[in-house]
Amino acid sequence: MSESVTSGQGASGPAPANPAALPDQQVKENPLRDPRDRRIPRVAGPCVLVMFGVTGDLARKKLLPAIYDLANRGLLPPGFSLVGFARRDWEDEDFAQLTYEAVKQHARTPFRDTVWQQVSEGIRFVQGEFDDDDAFDNLAETVRALDAERSTGGNYAFYLSIPPKAFPLVVQQLKRSGLSDPDAYTPPEGQQAWADHRPWRRVVIEKPFGHDLKSARELNDILAAVFPPESVFRIDHYLGKETVQNILALRFANTMYEPIWSRGYVDHVQITMAEDIGIGGRAGYYDGIGAARDVIQNHLLQLLALTAMEEPVAFDADSLRAEKEKVLSAVRLPADLATGTARGQYTAGWQGGQEVRGFLEEDGIPPDSRTETYAAVRLGVGTRRWAGVPFYLRAGKRLPRRMTEIAMMFQRAPHLPFAATDTKELGQNALVIRVQPDEGVTVRFGSKVPGTAMEVRDVNMDFAYGESFTESSPEAYERLLLDVLIGDPPLFPRQEEVELSWRILDPIEDFWAEYTKPDPYTAGTSGPASADALMARDGRVWRRL
Amino acid sequence: MTIDLTDTSTGAIYEALTEARRRLGGAALGMVLTLIVETTEAAQYDAMRAANQAGREHPCRVLGVITRRPNAESRLDAEIRVGETGPGETILLRMYGAVGQHADSVLAPLLVPDVPVVTWWPGQAPEVPSQSPLGALAQRRVTDSAAGDGVQRVLANLAASYKPGDTDFGWTRLTPWRTLLAATFDVPHPPVARAEVLAERDNPSGDFLAAWLSLRLGVPVRRAVSAGPGITDVRFDTANGKIAISRHDGRTATLSKTGEPDRRVALHRRDQSELLAEELRRLDPDEVYAESLAWLFSDARTDDDHEADTFTLIGTTIPVGAAGAEAEQEIADQ
Repeated sequence: MSESVTSGQGASGPAPANPAALPDQQVKENPLRDPRDRRIPRVAGPCVLVMFGVTGDLARKKLLPAIYDLANRGLLPPGFSLVGFARRDWEDEDFAQLTYEAVKQHARTPFRDTVWQQVSEGIRFVQGEFDDDDAFDNLAETVRALDAERSTGGNYAFYLSIPPKAFPLVVQQLKRSGLSDPDAYTPPEGQQAWADHRPWRRVVIEKPFGHDLKSARELNDILAAVFPPESVFRIDHYLGKETVQNILALRFANTMYEPIWSRGYVDHVQITMAEDIGIGGRAGYYDGIGAARDVIQNHLLQLLALTAMEEPVAFDADSLRAEKEKVLSAVRLPADLATGTARGQYTAGWQGGQEVRGFLEEDGIPPDSRTETYAAVRLGVGTRRWAGVPFYLRAGKRLPRRMTEIAMMFQRAPHLPFAATDTKELGQNALVIRVQPDEGVTVRFGSKVPGTAMEVRDVNMDFAYGESFTESSPEAYERLLLDVLIGDPPLFPRQEEVELSWRILDPIEDFWAEYTKPDPYTAGTSGPASADALMARDGRVWRRL
Repeated sequence: MTIDLTDTSTGAIYEALTEARRRLGGAALGMVLTLIVETTEAAQYDAMRAANQAGREHPCRVLGVITRRPNAESRLDAEIRVGETGPGETILLRMYGAVGQHADSVLAPLLVPDVPVVTWWPGQAPEVPSQSPLGALAQRRVTDSAAGDGVQRVLANLAASYKPGDTDFGWTRLTPWRTLLAATFDVPHPPVARAEVLAERDNPSGDFLAAWLSLRLGVPVRRAVSAGPGITDVRFDTANGKIAISRHDGRTATLSKTGEPDRRVALHRRDQSELLAEELRRLDPDEVYAESLAWLFSDARTDDDHEADTFTLIGTTIPVGAAGAEAEQEIADQ
């Protein structure tokens, strides 16, 4: 919030004769903002969003529609501008057309001509290759022209929706062309800047943040050479999801969960991300990466951190990250990686009523690929709260259905005053946070079956978040894009978290690479037998997918 | 499914509701509030539709109340709709004769347990919302000063009878304007000397906006009349030129600042269901509304021309920072 108050430029009126008088005439606090006035949302300040990789799937399906939705909700400032950069030989209108189609097809809010007008007036396109100096000079000119035409105040966000191998080149180009340097900004002619005004630069990158600790550091070094750490926004779209943010509300806004949120009551935790799809057209990316690097390193470890962390002292970026980093640094690997982990590769089979190919038969996958499409690990958290409580993480493709959830499995009651036969069907109490689909929370507990006999059986109590609220709740990307433009970082992992996650995963990957081959599992089943064996050794079972 | 019950009782309504829910397989649970809509036969269709649409964001039990023919024999009719219009349940109650005087006795057993109650008057607001029978059941009372007769009189009533939890669509309609204005002042700006709000006659939102600006900025704000629709112009004289936002077509606003190019921004007028959805999002008392409403009828006001609906609110110097810091502290404490 404070950033939005001070960021942006407040040029107003012709430059007075005596510039030294300026600071006295400037109001930096926004008199119209009042913390009690919660109808007024946070709104991004004047800025330009420069997008690299605008023709990609992510841009068309998520980012461009999200920009329209933000405008439609009145959360983008007047003058907000969008610049696309890509190889295609396009004019501004072609990019506007692409955006228009993306919005029509994928936007979540209703289409309004006036809103589209507002968005499209600020759309520009720059054609070029990443190694083309002229193209970047052209880009620099384009954004400066926008500063003049639309008063965007020299504030630029760069969204790198491109493969990581192109990062070094693009980042260097941003530096060379002066785009990355906020101090190079001079207000356009006729507009004046406030005496101590300094525009901002932000760069947004998507996962993967490297493929191991070393490459993650290299990637970071490339960015850090040009952008200070607080200007780098790493998007993990899971963290933009309502349900994931709701974990914090559930844990820290309530009294009834905290007392049982520990080894005294929790038997174990299962964090699952199951996908029904195969690798589709992502063979080039997926081969050599695998399920663990693709989702466990980022999404699942973030979910683990949010589930296991201590209460942050405040709900701000630094406090949240401090707690997440603490818990990630306390994560313990199983002593024996052979029995504490499992991985698999799907083979041909039937998934959801359709015959599908095996992983090794997918286009672009070498027949001897050792990349896993299923990974499971048992982790521990070395804190007083969690000592001895295993956290089982699993992720896989071509599983029976798409589902992401965190399940807290509680210990059985220490004593049951019922006859053993009465409670035969009573399982463990569970608290399940369903991340997707059908977002919500389920509590599973025992209840008496109606009748004259005393029989206790598991029932569910359900809070369906998604059913009724999602219709107008913002999409994850909408939320995250807005946070980038406002400069609000709590939902973005920083480099330390990324490195800690790789520290957890690297030994496992090394072990796998050296000693194991993925075990086959038939597409449409719930994973390899070795994963079930992992649980069976601990006397537990996976929750049904 | 729709169930019509004629000459019925709350007990029978409750049974029918439970039965309907059972047959639909337990749908319509997880309701977050009860919404009472006091309306008339002529307006009920639009009102119930808006309520049901807002119910998609806030699953709720909607209780529509229509009182008819006060001199007829006392009778209660109910029309129950479940699983048709959205996640919640809708009951339209028609009260004939004496029972209409005791509508609260019909509604009390039908409120969803444990969740807040909101009462909405889409038409003429009662003189004292918090003491009207249906308003007294609710934590949150939503009126629409623009919908009734005699806007100024209604506003004056609302100001005189304000109780925490009251709110008005005239204020709700302002949110996009206030958001745009707040965004305009998010960037450093020269101090404002005075401001002007132009809106249609009998437009409570224009009045509210003038009051809010005068309170927040601490400068004189003139409310003048334009041809509309709604609010058309907000202008600020600053130490360093003008800032103006104008919207003459009810759809697109233009932001002009001296020395900067004009920029356009979509600023559409919203329909009832969107306003209601916004109201239901927050159920705690809206203090900023209360202050603005009180300011509108305080000594700060000088009527330039009572007939023409033009007045000026002088500036104030309330310690905004202090109030803000206090509220922040409260949030931190929570």
